[in-house]
Amino acid sequence: MIVELGHFTLILALMVAIVQTVVPMIGAHKGWSGWMALAEPAAKTQALLIAFSFGALTYAFVTSDFSVRLVVLNSHTLKPMLYKVSGVWGNHEGSLLLWCLILAIFGACAAWFGGNLPTSLRARVLAVQGSIGVAFLSFLVFTSNPFLRLEVPPFNGQDLNPLLQDPGLAFHPPFLYLGYVGLSMTFSFAIAALLEGRVDAAWGRWVRPWTLAAWVFLTIGIALGSWWAYYELGWGGFWFWDPVENASFMPWLISAALLHSAIVVEKREALKAWTILLAILAFGFSLIGTFIVRSGVLTSVHAFANDPERGVYILLILAFFMGGALTLFAARAGAMEAKGVFSTVSRESALVANNILLTVACFVVFVGTMWPLVAELLFDRKLSVGAPFFDAAFSPFMVALAAILPFGALMPWKRAKAAKTARPLWGALLLSVASGALVWTMQTGRSFLAPIGLVLAVWIVFGVLADLWLRSGRGTVADKLGRMARLPRADWGKSVAHTGFAVTIFGICAMTAWTTEDIRVAQVGESFKVSGYTVTLDDVTQGRGPNYFTTMATISLEKGGFSTVLQPEKRVYPVARMPTTEAAIENGVWRDLYVVIGDPQDNQGWTIRTFVKPFANWIWAGCIIMAFGGGLSLSDRRHRVAAGATQRQRSPAVPAE
Amino acid sequence: MKRLALILLLWAAPLWAVEPDEVLDDPVLEQRARDLSKGLRCLVCRNEHIDASDADLARDLRLLVRERLVDGDTDAEVLDFVVDRYGEFVLLNPPASGSTLILWLAGPAMLIVAGAGAALYLRGRRNGREPEKLSATEQAELDKIIRS
Repeated sequence: MIVELGHFTLILALMVAIVQTVVPMIGAHKGWSGWMALAEPAAKTQALLIAFSFGALTYAFVTSDFSVRLVVLNSHTLKPMLYKVSGVWGNHEGSLLLWCLILAIFGACAAWFGGNLPTSLRARVLAVQGSIGVAFLSFLVFTSNPFLRLEVPPFNGQDLNPLLQDPGLAFHPPFLYLGYVGLSMTFSFAIAALLEGRVDAAWGRWVRPWTLAAWVFLTIGIALGSWWAYYELGWGGFWFWDPVENASFMPWLISAALLHSAIVVEKREALKAWTILLAILAFGFSLIGTFIVRSGVLTSVHAFANDPERGVYILLILAFFMGGALTLFAARAGAMEAKGVFSTVSRESALVANNILLTVACFVVFVGTMWPLVAELLFDRKLSVGAPFFDAAFSPFMVALAAILPFGALMPWKRAKAAKTARPLWGALLLSVASGALVWTMQTGRSFLAPIGLVLAVWIVFGVLADLWLRSGRGTVADKLGRMARLPRADWGKSVAHTGFAVTIFGICAMTAWTTEDIRVAQVGESFKVSGYTVTLDDVTQGRGPNYFTTMATISLEKGGFSTVLQPEKRVYPVARMPTTEAAIENGVWRDLYVVIGDPQDNQGWTIRTFVKPFANWIWAGCIIMAFGGGLSLSDRRHRVAAGATQRQRSPAVPAE
Repeated sequence: MKRLALILLLWAAPLWAVEPDEVLDDPVLEQRARDLSKGLRCLVCRNEHIDASDADLARDLRLLVRERLVDGDTDAEVLDFVVDRYGEFVLLNPPASGSTLILWLAGPAMLIVAGAGAALYLRGRRNGREPEKLSATEQAELDKIIRS
């Protein structure tokens, strides 16, 4: 019964979304305040209805209701509770429902917190948000109904893909969706602004928190996915340039560009049309990502629910929203006259450079991801575009970005002098080059990668410190520190996020360059050396978990006074008929010790893989620092107060013709 | 017993990436084999290179690469040998030739276009007008509004 109610509220939500799209849009166009006012209750109702629907599906999973087809396909009574719940979004239909839920919640948030938005702008934002809701809810209801019942329920389910039964992956999709769907909000704001024909500093201020929030969620989601790949796939890779990974990475790059260009709109009223275009593209890439993951056009490690028919539907959604938005943009962008005047050397120009590097980098990822398809269709060449291409074609952009970052961050608005800006950075430059040279001499004969990573990281971090030091004015050190602590949160957010970027760059370079690896057959009781560590295979035992069988090795590692015991596993999930590796990792600040147990050998030995991965954790630590920086900036006073919004509210909107 | 049989059956299936018995005695050759393997796609997997793949085919390819290296082939010869048999699809790094040149040049070309666009925009901004001052009548009107 609850399941049917969930299905029913889902259909109701679709109806509400249609009303939310049509009525306020007409109201805003005609200036009828009653029609515009309908947007808010509609947005809140839609969120509540979908929340109920989602609750109903979760209930079916938690109680293992095997008369529901989706539960049969993705659950099992023996599965731990966490994975029963995460199983709700571990499949196409459920994850789409989660997507719709988040979409509606964001819309409701705009209704709740949008009190200081001009009435017509708010009505239009909610109407556009509603129209995205219509597209996805109808997709859900008509092609991927999660509430289908089975005529003859089986005794038990077919279990969730064991690879997905993992804490990292349980929370990876919700965060990613929060990011993807957060970008729908900036999209709605962009379209509403185009319809209003007005983009000003206040608009920039409203849009920025949404972008920032979406970017923070995307950062966390991507980091979780990459961390999962690192410990679950059994050889310590953390990024594969897989189409699905790229699908989440492209919106991240564009939203990073967007949140920088929105600053220019907010502070200087320039780059308006460009920022609108980025807002449209950011959501466009979210839709492309959805298309890539769900259509199966580009095969990948973890695309689920591959179905060409669904792909066509998403392609239609994509074509409608992008086609419509870009046409509107072409018609209206001319009206966005920039106001701010600035010289070629200025903070504005530096942010333009940042935007160019980020968007072109995104373009490279996009072309690389789609190329196999293009090559097959146009040139009849079946080829692969893999990690080597992306490493070579993408990395230079990140190096350039890191290289200009400290300059840009230090430059004043409007007009800057290059020599004056560079002066406080000489120390940072010297220090970074020196540290790079030191590392280069210490590790003779290995790749350039690690020294380059270190140079960039030190350069950015000391650039950030120089920036903070300059911002804190004159006087004694105590004065300066006091003033530094009182800097706006947004400034701290910027410093922290840039530091996180540096940490991640260094982590990636150092781990890639310095990993040592050992593969061998070891007998129980045998010891061997891996880069200074004495590794002993103590024991191998068989056991069973709640819904799997396991072969667990006990391996002790020792070096100097340090010793630890690790227990890597090989699991077999009998219901899903799938084996998985569970690497055992000793996490450390300076290095990870990573051991994997492989197959039994004919001579009673076991294959043991041992990796020593220096600075591995820095990759994800950097992401967390970046996300934290974004959060700090989000908590800045001006976003809460939204000064200026109330004055502007009174001025009537002038539609651009 | 039946369950045990099932487990054994499942165990027989996966092989894990590079196996100890594949590793060459010569560390230089082995390193070359590893580097080459990272650029070759496992054809039955999804976007995995043969060095990380656990499929039988990947193992065969790894052994093939090592065999050729031991026979004295250069890296390029090994890759040619594999491409001859398995097609261009096997290369994770698409060769920069023919239509694939477009792929390789897309990034740099876009950077130049974007750079040129930005340069034009920045020139426009530098010479752009400051917002016009209010005319005397407008100023008077504004003062009136403020006073009221």
